Amino acid sequence: MSWRTLVLALCFAVPAAAQEDDEEVVAGLSQSRISISANFDGSEILVFGAVKRESPIRSQPPLGVIVAVVGPSGAVTVRRKDRLAGIWVNQNSVEVDAAPSFYAVATSAPLEDILNDTEDLRNRISIRRAIRTVGAAGLVEDPTNFTDALIRIRKGAGLYQMNPGTVEITESTLFNTSISLPANLTEGEYLARIFLTRGGRVVTEHRTEIYVRKVGLERLLYNLAHEQPLIYGLLSLALAAIAGWGASAAFRWLR
Amino acid sequence: MQVYLPIAEVSVNAFLLLGLGGLVGVLSGMFGVGGGFLITPLLFFVGIPPAVAVATSANQIVASSVSGVLAHLRRRTVDLRMGLVLLAGGLLGAGIGVQVFNILRDLGQVDLLVRLSYVVFLGIIGGLMFLESLQAMRRTRKGTSSPVKRHKHNWVHGLPLKMRFRTSGLYISVLPPMLVGLSVGVLSAIMGVGGGFIMVPAMIYLLGMPTKVVVGTSLFQIIFVTAFTTLLHATTNYTVDMLLALLLILGGVLGAQLGTRVGLLMKAEQLRILLAALVLLVCGKLALDLLLRPSELYSLAPVAA
Repeated sequence: MSWRTLVLALCFAVPAAAQEDDEEVVAGLSQSRISISANFDGSEILVFGAVKRESPIRSQPPLGVIVAVVGPSGAVTVRRKDRLAGIWVNQNSVEVDAAPSFYAVATSAPLEDILNDTEDLRNRISIRRAIRTVGAAGLVEDPTNFTDALIRIRKGAGLYQMNPGTVEITESTLFNTSISLPANLTEGEYLARIFLTRGGRVVTEHRTEIYVRKVGLERLLYNLAHEQPLIYGLLSLALAAIAGWGASAAFRWLR
Repeated sequence: MQVYLPIAEVSVNAFLLLGLGGLVGVLSGMFGVGGGFLITPLLFFVGIPPAVAVATSANQIVASSVSGVLAHLRRRTVDLRMGLVLLAGGLLGAGIGVQVFNILRDLGQVDLLVRLSYVVFLGIIGGLMFLESLQAMRRTRKGTSSPVKRHKHNWVHGLPLKMRFRTSGLYISVLPPMLVGLSVGVLSAIMGVGGGFIMVPAMIYLLGMPTKVVVGTSLFQIIFVTAFTTLLHATTNYTVDMLLALLLILGGVLGAQLGTRVGLLMKAEQLRILLAALVLLVCGKLALDLLLRPSELYSLAPVAA
């Protein structure tokens, strides 16, 4: 990072809080491109960085570091089963306007200790705040149960992670953590946000993008399936017919 | 060995998929069922998204059916004429079924209807087959050997548009086989199966075809109906996963060859009672899923952009 960026950041800092906000985050990732190849089995991203400051280190208010990695968002319908005439049937449903396909939060201490509610609301850091529901309230009595279920199901699949205390801070200056990406990752632009907090207030934020892309055979098949669906379909069928015939012929020859 | 599937977007153990394909292939060769009614729920269980599971298992059924039909053709146990009549009805039915499927998907009730139709159809057919083959076995054991009346004269024989089916030794109207094909086509599109488990009993009990011919003929019809379904899924939903299909196929074609040979060694009654037991087993499992309180009441479905 150049001195120019530093000057720019200082200029934008609110003058009244200048003394408190002269801290900045410099961070890097072990990889900014994740390639999904045929043998992709999940991955791990190391996030490391330092707190850059002009003034001497202050101990108060307490320092906190939050790393949040978010995947591409999409609308999701959450349905609930209820018993109807003895069998369990989907009845009520809530459409969540935007829920990230992947969301991992790593913090240096329990989230509520290093981030106050106002800042969470503003920056959408906790999992619940990262999910956007607008039209849900009027349709069912208990919309929160539906968002809870969404979080529970995605947590179970390793897609939503809340890892308090996994960011290691050394000498109030250096920090590092690792975010594990599961095998059932979807393609797209992921965003890593690193927040520095003092006494619950966000002092500064650093953003980096991570590109998750299919490569090789995976890329080829995916593109073909979406761009030339008819050819792809016929190719699948040809493959099936050849395999069926081949096996039949092979067995005949063997006997 | 883990492998990442490009369309399903999940990473699964390759040997697990090979094994699943093999298991279903054996059943396919033995009974003439495509095995879709087994492989689709098994794929759900492995963690493949339902839409991809349904579309890809259709593709897999094509391969194992081709393999099975070739083995049957060599033994002249395929009634091609009957197969074509069934197919005509089947393609029409698949077209209707896809429309019904889309309507239900918008209502969020696809899952329920698929399960309910599985339970109802599998229950009735499995139960009937089981009782019938049990009686047949008891008869042969007693040695009374009262000849099984296959050519019962019922309402089926009173219908117009009669046609001679030489391989099956039948002279019946084309309407019943057309209707059988049609209803199987509808089910095939809705349930993501070949429909052999419905067609095989219908051919035996409704049309009165000999058991040995039934298996090959049903496989013949299944090839084309599932091929049609695969194409529909590939072009409208982009949910056919070629890599997943390839792994299932590799296991499946080997299994189908094995199954065909096992099937020829067994007596028709034994074959039928085994299929009946299998059908009832799957039916019972699905019925329990509907009746017992599920461990997770909520489910997620991504909204298409």
